Amino acid sequence: MIWLDTLLQGVLLGGLYALFAAGLSLVFGVMRLVNLAHGDLIILAAYLILGVAAVLGVTPVVALLIAAPVMFVVGWLLQMQVFNRVLGDDILPPLLVTFGLSVVIQNALLEGFTANSQKLSLGPIETQSLHLGSVTVGVIPMMTLASAVAVIFLLNQLFYRTSLGRAFRATSDDVVTAQLMGIRPRRIFAMATGIAMVVATLAAFYLGARANFDPSIGPARLLYAFEAVIIGGLGSLWGTLAGGLVIGVAQAFGAAVNPEWQILSGHIAFVIVLLLKPRGFFPRATD
Amino acid sequence: MTTRTSSAFGRPASIAGAVALAALMFAMPLIAPRAVVQDLFSILTLLVLAMNWNLLAGFAGLVSVGQQAFVGIGAYAMFAAIILWGLDPLVGALIGGLVAVLFAIPMAFFAFRLQGAYFAIGTWVVADMVRLAAGQWKALGGGTGTSLPKGTTRDMIGVPLVKSVLGVSSAAAADTVVYWLALGLAILTLAASFYFLRSRMGLGLQALRDNANAARSVGVDPRRIKAIVFLLTAFGTGLCGALIFIQITRVTPDAAFSVIDWTAFVIFIVVIGGIGTLPGPIVGVAIFYLLQRLLADYGTVYLILLGLIGIGIMLFARGGIWGAISDRTGIELLPLRHRPPSHQPVVVEQEAARPAG
Repeated sequence: MIWLDTLLQGVLLGGLYALFAAGLSLVFGVMRLVNLAHGDLIILAAYLILGVAAVLGVTPVVALLIAAPVMFVVGWLLQMQVFNRVLGDDILPPLLVTFGLSVVIQNALLEGFTANSQKLSLGPIETQSLHLGSVTVGVIPMMTLASAVAVIFLLNQLFYRTSLGRAFRATSDDVVTAQLMGIRPRRIFAMATGIAMVVATLAAFYLGARANFDPSIGPARLLYAFEAVIIGGLGSLWGTLAGGLVIGVAQAFGAAVNPEWQILSGHIAFVIVLLLKPRGFFPRATD
Repeated sequence: MTTRTSSAFGRPASIAGAVALAALMFAMPLIAPRAVVQDLFSILTLLVLAMNWNLLAGFAGLVSVGQQAFVGIGAYAMFAAIILWGLDPLVGALIGGLVAVLFAIPMAFFAFRLQGAYFAIGTWVVADMVRLAAGQWKALGGGTGTSLPKGTTRDMIGVPLVKSVLGVSSAAAADTVVYWLALGLAILTLAASFYFLRSRMGLGLQALRDNANAARSVGVDPRRIKAIVFLLTAFGTGLCGALIFIQITRVTPDAAFSVIDWTAFVIFIVVIGGIGTLPGPIVGVAIFYLLQRLLADYGTVYLILLGLIGIGIMLFARGGIWGAISDRTGIELLPLRHRPPSHQPVVVEQEAARPAG
C-alpha cells in the first residue's frame, strides 16, 4: 500500500512540475525560444503574490488575481523589448540573454527580500486532506494537479480553437508566410510569453502554498520544467503534463527510498527516457 | 599553404611584448605581497575556465551550462587522490583533469543528443546529478564536504624547494607554486587554443560555425570535431578545478559544483570580453575583476550589474568589448584568419599575356 501512496504523491507533485513546464512548453512551441530565466520568473511571481498580499492586506488568492495580469505585462514587455531582438538562427544570443536575466532576477530578489525562506499562508486548507480508500491526499496538492490539467486543456483549446491559437501555429510553422497573412509575429510572440507568465504565476501560487521558497531555488525549478518538456516531446502540451508526472513519480519513489535521492532520481529518470526515446514521448516539433 | 598573418603592431613587437608580460607575471611572487598573488591566482584560474568555455561555446557552438561538473570532478578526484590514496596534490590535480575527461566521454554521448539550447540545460542537469552524487560520497564527507589534511600543501612537490630558495613561509611557498602552475596553465591554454584553431581541425571548426552545410560538403565531420573540443575543454576545466581547490583546501558539493562561481561568471567574462575571439576572455576577466573589486561592499550588486552588461552586450554589441576595439582600431591580436592559397604565378602570366594599353 505504501507504493500506491508514493505513486499518488508523485503524481500530485508531477502536477506542480507540469505547471512549471507549461509556460516553457508554450513559448518553445510558438517561437523555439528556451527561456533560461523561466524558473526565476516563477520565483519572482511568488514574491509578487507575497508582496501584494502583504501590502494590500488581501489573501494570497486575491493577490494571485492581481499578480497574474502584472506578470502578463512583464512577459509582454520582456518579449517586445528584449527577447524579440535576439531571436534568430543563432541560438547563442537568446540563451545568454535569458541566462543573464536569470542571474539578475535571482540577485535582485536576494537584495530585496533577503535569503530567508517565505511561504504563502492559505489558512486551514493547507492541512486539510481527503481520505480515498486507504490513502490520504492533501487538498492543495489535489488542487495543483487539477489546475495543471485545466491549464493544459485550456492552452490546447487556445492553440487549436481560437484565432489567436491559429496565429500561434501559423507563426510557429512559417514566420514569413504568417506575416504575409497580416500577422505581426513580434506581437504574437509577446502574447505567448505573456500567457506563459500568467501560467507561471499560477505555478508560483501553488509552489508558495505547498512549501517554502527563497530567491535561490529558481534554477532547480527550471531544470524540472525542462525535463518535463523534453520527456513529453517538444511542442506537445499534453506530453508536457505526462513529462511532469514522470519526474514527479520518479522523485517521489527516490525520496521514499532515501530523502537525499529525491532530485537525483528525477534526473536519472530524465536521462533514461532521453536515452530510450531521444525525442520524448509525443514529439510534435522537429527541432 | 601559407599561414602568414599581419597585426597592427608587427609580429616581433607583439612577441616581445607577450614575453615581457609573461616574465612580469612570473616574477609577481618575488615583488608583490601575498594577497596580490592570491588575487592573481583566482584571476588566472577564472581566465583558464573562460578560455575553455570560449572554445566550447564561441568556436564549437556548444553552449554548456554544465562546466561546473568538470570543476567539481577535478576537485573531488584530487581530494580522493590525496586523502584516500595518499598521493601528492599536484599528481592529484593531473588525475582530476584525466577523470574529468573520462567522465566527459559518456556525458558527450548523452548531451550530444540534444541540440542547441537543449544541450545547455542537458549539461546543466548532468552537472546537478554529479553534484548530488558527490554529496553521497561518504568517504569525502558527503553533503558537508571535507578539508585537506593539515600540512598537505606544505609537502607538495616544489614547495620545499621554493621555500628554501625564496626564504618564505610554507604557506607563501605553496601560494607561489599554485600561482605559477595557474600562470603556466593559462599560457598553455592560450597557446594551445591558438595553435588548435589555426590547425586543419580548427579551420574546420570555424568553417562549421560560419556555414555548417558548406563545411560538411567539403568533408568536415561536425560530431567528431565537436566531441574532441568537448573532451579537451573537459581536461582543461577539470585540471583548473583541481588547482582552484588546492588553494581553497576545502571541498563541498555545493562549492565544487557551483553554477554561479564556475559557469555563470565564466559566461559573463567571455560575453563581455568578446565571445569567439581569443583576446576576449582576457579583456573580460579584467573587467570582471574590476567590477567585483569596485562593488565589493554592495553585496550581490556586481552580479546584477554583470547580468545587465551581459544582456546589453548581446543586444547591442555581440562582439563584446574586444570585438568593438578590434572593429574600431583594426588591431588583431592572435589572428585566426588564413590567407587564401596563393595563385600569383597564374596572375603574372595572364598580365604578361594581356596587351599593354
